[in-house]
Amino acid sequence: MIRFENVSVTYDGAPEPVVRDVDFEVPEGELVLLVGPSGVGKSTVLGAVSGLVPHFTGGTLHGRVTVAGRDTRTHKPRELADVVGTVGQDPLSHFVTDTVEDELAYGMESLGLPPAVMRRRVEETLDLLGLAGLRDRPISTLSGGQQQRVAIGSVLTPHPRVLVLDEPTSALDPAAAEEVLAVLQRLVHDLGTTVLMAEHRLERVVQYADQVALLPGPGERPLLGTPPEMMAVSPVCPPVVDLGRLAGWSPLPLTVRDARRGAGDLRARLAGRQPRRDDAAPPPPAPSRRLFRRTRPDGPAAPAPVAEIRSLAVRRDRVQALRHVDLTVTPGETIALMGRNGAGKSTLLSALVGLVAPSAGSVRTGDAVPHRTRPRDLVRRVGLVPQEPRDLLYADTVAAECAAADRDAEAPPGTCRALLTELLPSVADDTHPRDLSEGQRLTLALAVVLTARPPLLLLDEPTRGLDYAAKARLVAILRELAAGGHAIVMATHDVELAAELAHRVVLLAEGEVIADGPAAEVVVASPSFAPQVAKILAPQHWLTVSQVREALR
Amino acid sequence: MPSCGQSRLPGRSPQGGTGRAPAGTPTPAPRTHRTPLHPGAWWLWALGLGTAATRTTNPLLLALLVTTSAYVVATRRPHAPWSRSYGAFVRLALAVLLVRLAFAVVLGSPVPGTHTVVTLPEVPLPDWAQGIRLGGRVTAEALTFALYDALRLATLLVCVGAANALANPSRLLKSLPGALYELGVAVVVALTFAPHLIADAQRLRAARRLRGRPDKGVRGLLHVGLPVLEGALERSVALAAAMDARGYGRTAEVPPAVRRTTAALTLGGLLGVCAGTYGLLTAEGGTYGVPVLLAGLAAALAGLRLGGRRTLRTRYRPDAWDARAWLVTASGVAVAGLLTLAASRDPAALHPGVVPLVAPTLPLWPAAAVLIGLLPAFITPAPEAGTDTRKEPT
Repeated sequence: MIRFENVSVTYDGAPEPVVRDVDFEVPEGELVLLVGPSGVGKSTVLGAVSGLVPHFTGGTLHGRVTVAGRDTRTHKPRELADVVGTVGQDPLSHFVTDTVEDELAYGMESLGLPPAVMRRRVEETLDLLGLAGLRDRPISTLSGGQQQRVAIGSVLTPHPRVLVLDEPTSALDPAAAEEVLAVLQRLVHDLGTTVLMAEHRLERVVQYADQVALLPGPGERPLLGTPPEMMAVSPVCPPVVDLGRLAGWSPLPLTVRDARRGAGDLRARLAGRQPRRDDAAPPPPAPSRRLFRRTRPDGPAAPAPVAEIRSLAVRRDRVQALRHVDLTVTPGETIALMGRNGAGKSTLLSALVGLVAPSAGSVRTGDAVPHRTRPRDLVRRVGLVPQEPRDLLYADTVAAECAAADRDAEAPPGTCRALLTELLPSVADDTHPRDLSEGQRLTLALAVVLTARPPLLLLDEPTRGLDYAAKARLVAILRELAAGGHAIVMATHDVELAAELAHRVVLLAEGEVIADGPAAEVVVASPSFAPQVAKILAPQHWLTVSQVREALR
Repeated sequence: MPSCGQSRLPGRSPQGGTGRAPAGTPTPAPRTHRTPLHPGAWWLWALGLGTAATRTTNPLLLALLVTTSAYVVATRRPHAPWSRSYGAFVRLALAVLLVRLAFAVVLGSPVPGTHTVVTLPEVPLPDWAQGIRLGGRVTAEALTFALYDALRLATLLVCVGAANALANPSRLLKSLPGALYELGVAVVVALTFAPHLIADAQRLRAARRLRGRPDKGVRGLLHVGLPVLEGALERSVALAAAMDARGYGRTAEVPPAVRRTTAALTLGGLLGVCAGTYGLLTAEGGTYGVPVLLAGLAAALAGLRLGGRRTLRTRYRPDAWDARAWLVTASGVAVAGLLTLAASRDPAALHPGVVPLVAPTLPLWPAAAVLIGLLPAFITPAPEAGTDTRKEPT
């Protein structure tokens, strides 16, 4: 269905091809997963299928790509629109019309389908994706997960034979991601649609793939094989595979179910041992001894909370975004805020930095009331890395950004650069922040925020778009910060990240706190928020592969 | 492409359709789909009211016109982002009113008057600026005249604002002929550019606060200007890519003869329209003006229709022009027509005197005519109640 023949792509001005010698075929009706670290050209390979590379992006494509027999050299993207449906990373930049129903019809209108057919397919797609209740809603008012489903629906309605998806579940909460993946699987199984997708969150998708195309490094030849074969050699792999490699299982399990079947002896070996508490699950809601190790200027007595929220309520545009939220953050503790898209996680973080004013209740960060404090004073108490780290960066070089951060924080010159070098040694001073990878940009934003040394650090969806290596680096950095006494609150959908880092998990639903407790307890109690390792080794309370590795040593 | 007549998607199945409710949404209540009114009807109605406003300077009648349109907007405005523009139009109208009054105060007015309200110090101007006055006597007559005049313009603006709030601009686009569609998309994409810019600017200003810089004031806005523009441009390019990948701009093969005929008809038609208009406006062209104009119009329309053959596009649920649309249009046209009639029959009532200053009275019949404009509030479907239009946080 999709054929790559010796494809290499070189962008204008680049000395080296982004991808080289891509040569494989995706048979009809298969779901093929494109895997590899950030920056190896996954998006380029996907773009070549829809013809956007090179017709839209520029650059030179050597070799030949054919989709359903049509050569992309001679067919422009619009002439492939009836066979290929493409959804990019950012659903918002995909929408042409302003309401859900019109958006679903847009592609069909362009292809000139008869009105009766359009009407029927729109209704079917609304049901298929659970969008019927949103049909008249303006798209700009939908949440991220809803927008992602509308974007997928809008390319499904012309019934393409090939679907190309770039990170379809990265922005979604676990349950919404499962819903999208269930839809994809039905398309593949029932309708024979061919799907090619790239996704960093392998733990969500690898079990659905028929084949995996692995791009091991920039400019290296891609390998194609069955998921177990590829996962055995892949530099990126989900926790279930990592655990399988650790335990030496063969064939490698890809699903929790397979892993559980073979996990009897591992569970037996682990019986009687306990996860090491201090790196993954110290219980600091009650002040523990660990906290006294830290030196704080205000004395060694019971540490003052770095943030305190009392029966907070926030209304935004006539809607109750938060109600009766109580939360105390003590120094050195890491809290994961979880809950579905639109549960109020980002609003809670915004309240902590004073971006929204409480309509009732109180928020205090340290000794300040955030929304009444001058920004310049507030940065020394709390720092937020927003969902899109790029929002924080204005300058056109890394060095200028660091200098500006020093000035903003009134820190001695060089502070930010020193921090950045510590976190990310390889970044050159004259790089434009836009040219950094997702993970590097996040680290730069983190360094900028940390320049003011805030005792409380907030992160909104920090792992969106990060590959496993970047995520591992981030985990190491955050763990070090927590050990150094920073309190960290992060809003995340990434259960594996929460399992790795959080001491405490706070679950939000409809603006209320529905669970608040030690990570191990809260996360394991909920099937959609439990990490893979916890599911495999239940009823034992292991959360991460590193805990298991540690215990077996 | 799969055959068009067949559906490849299965319908709602037990697993897929009734699974978990969509993230962050309550289960939708079953509801009946009411077809909205044709956006063109709303525009004609609003323009009718606007035309009526230009026929009078009676402040009571103008106030009645504003109230009428405001009532219809309040009861029939859909809960959608574009309908928030009404507030902006009202503010603009107020600004027009204030600016006009300020000019009357500062620059004086040619209206003679005897009731001095206040005397400002007059700035002596050189000879070449004769006829311009700065400061000086401000009379009640001049102020009243300026107020009446500005009120008329403000009413017109409020009426246009009402059309904007009641009719979705992109639905209006759907009613364009196929040949003009691509032009229309460009306009709509440009229109959505502005709200995106504003949203980006707000987000980046908030981000300034996170950097410890003041987030209020003009400087804050200026500093985010470049990143905002950069982001908007990037988004436009991404949107263009997405539109291309979804088949925007696909054209059908048409025989060269048809293409040439289209070009000839359109160009000839436009030339005819120009010549005809010229004929109508000049004294000696009275005989050939109207026929040439009509012929040109017909040729241009035929050209557009033929040009539509090149586009493959079909329309999904185009708005129907139904009886209600006729009634709404008729109510607007009736208000305009009746006030025009009244203005010629009884000019004194519709243009209350300024010199000498008299209190305006409400003429009964024109006032009753304005109330016809309320008709849409009763015959069009009410907007969905309870649909909230907030952005669901991600």
